[in-house]
Order: sequence, then C-alpha cells, then structure tokens
Amino acid sequence: MIVAIAEESRGAEHARQWIEAAKAEYWCLIDTDHRVADLYGMVNVPQSVWIDETGRMVRPPETTGSTDHFRRMDLKTRTMTPEDQAARNAARVAYLDAVKAWARTGAHALPADAARKRLPANTPEIARAHAHFRLGVWLRAQGRVAEADKHLGEASRLHPDSWNMWRQAADLVEVGKASGPGFWQRVHALGDKPYYPPPDFTAV
Amino acid sequence: MTTILTDRGDARVDASDGLRVSAADAERAVGWTLKPEGMCHDEICVPLPEGMAQGGRVDLAAFWRHLGNPVLSSEAGDAWMLGTGVDARRAALEGLEAPDFTLPDLAGKPHTLSSLRGRKVFLATWASW
Repeated sequence: MIVAIAEESRGAEHARQWIEAAKAEYWCLIDTDHRVADLYGMVNVPQSVWIDETGRMVRPPETTGSTDHFRRMDLKTRTMTPEDQAARNAARVAYLDAVKAWARTGAHALPADAARKRLPANTPEIARAHAHFRLGVWLRAQGRVAEADKHLGEASRLHPDSWNMWRQAADLVEVGKASGPGFWQRVHALGDKPYYPPPDFTAV
Repeated sequence: MTTILTDRGDARVDASDGLRVSAADAERAVGWTLKPEGMCHDEICVPLPEGMAQGGRVDLAAFWRHLGNPVLSSEAGDAWMLGTGVDARRAALEGLEAPDFTLPDLAGKPHTLSSLRGRKVFLATWASW
C-alpha cells in the first residue's frame, strides 16, 4: 500500500492538481501542519519510510530516489545535461525497483539495530523548531503574517537542516519563493554536503 | 475561546488565567485525565506540583512544561502550541513502531495509518513547492 503525504501548509487545493493528475488508487493525504515530518523527523521532500506488516519501520526516512544533479543545472534555461538527466532518471528507477522488490520479497528491509542507527537526528532544538513551525503555520492561516513569520523564522534557525521548514515558510510568503534565489543561496552554502543524501542499499 | 495545537490536532477550549482549563477540556485537548493522584494517561499518573490544579481546573501550559515538552503561545494568548519534547519523540522512534497519524484526503475524509496493519506500507512525502 502506498501512502502519499502532501506537506502543504497552503492546504488541499494547492495539492489538488497533482493528486488528480496522478489518478492514484492509493491514499493521497494532505498534511498542512507537516505533522508527518515532525513525527518521523523528516527534513526534505521527497522522503519515504518503509513500514512492514506489523507496523515496524524497516527503513527510516530516506531520500525517495531524488539526486543532487539539479545542483549543476543551467539556471538560465533550468535544464540539465543529458548525462545528468539520465543519471537522475536511473537513480529514480533504481529506488522504485528496490521498493517493488521489498513489496514482493521483503528485500532491503533492515534489521532493528541497523534501522535504529539510521534514525534521524533528534535534539531539544529540533523539538522546539517543530513547535514554532506549527504555531507559525496556524498564525499564517489566521492572516497574522508578521507574528507567524517570526515563528517560522525561529523554526528554521533552530532546525537549519530542515528544508521542509525553510521552503514551506518561503512558499507561504509567495508561491515560487521556495525555489527562488534564497533557495539557491542555501543550496550553494551546503558546499560538499548533499541536498538529497542518497539512500544506502548496502547489505547489513 | 482558546485554540490548543497538539500532535493530535487542534482543540478549542474555554481557558482562563493563561491556559487554565476544565478537566474535560484538558482531556479532549491532550488526552490526559485529571484525577486525585495527578494527571493520568494510559497507565501513567504524574503527580502535580502545588497549585497546578485547583477547583477542577488545571494549568495545562504549566503541566505540559512539567512533562518536559515545549510550550508556545500567540502574542494575544488565544493560541497555544503544546509540542512534543525530544525525549518523547526519541523514545517513540527508537521503538521503531511507525508513529501513527490521521490525515484527510482531498475530499476531507480522514485516514489512519495504523488501519493498514497487516500490509506493507510505503509512506512517501512530497510537496508542490
């Protein structure tokens, strides 16, 4: 079973066109508060978690087949080289193949110890960041923009690794801002660090 | 009316003097029940410091901080965020049981993750931004 979660603080109408285009028979849910990101410690989209029949996480949050090739794109034309495009598509296919293999045979499920080692970071600052984010989204929905943005800014300050918090806050200011110049500055500031850490399928 | 935001969703309560609420409102908002021995949830009862509960009303903000959880309020005091502290969040994940949630689909119909027990679930996030 696939459960697709839209992390959309602007609400369901903002996600509708993509969900309808997907003609999905699986669950497509709307998460205006980013509650799933909070519960699971997710920091970006797309990320996924594999959950077995008993409700146990057998792969904690990881990148869903996206890659960092976009960082080398030509920003004027917003295009990637054919090689990068091909590598990006190959990574996506490889991830989906891994998911399909798990669904059929249980392949790639991690034993408990290995799964625990891959759990996301959890700190008091991150816990406070999620609280500020949630209150900020609520205040935004009430039209209390200045107060909201103080909380959303504090959330990103406390949890700078969360692209979800920063990009959602930018999107609430203006649609498109989440991938504007401010976004690219943050991406460049990563240096050698990945934007999408590749999923690790080495055997454990 | 005052809005309380939690992991469980939003609740509207009748609060006074900060976030002093009735036992019924407290239970509805956060799932903890006021009893003579303290505030109770499942098998756990937490004794309350002097003054935290009086006349059948409990200072929910003070209680939430007492549990080690983050508490925030709006400038006007009409909205309170009762967050989840790092220890609770870490303990939930270390157990590896997938944290449960209920969220609506496009039509507003709620769906609960744990109702899919018995099937493998591929949980994936995305966004338009």
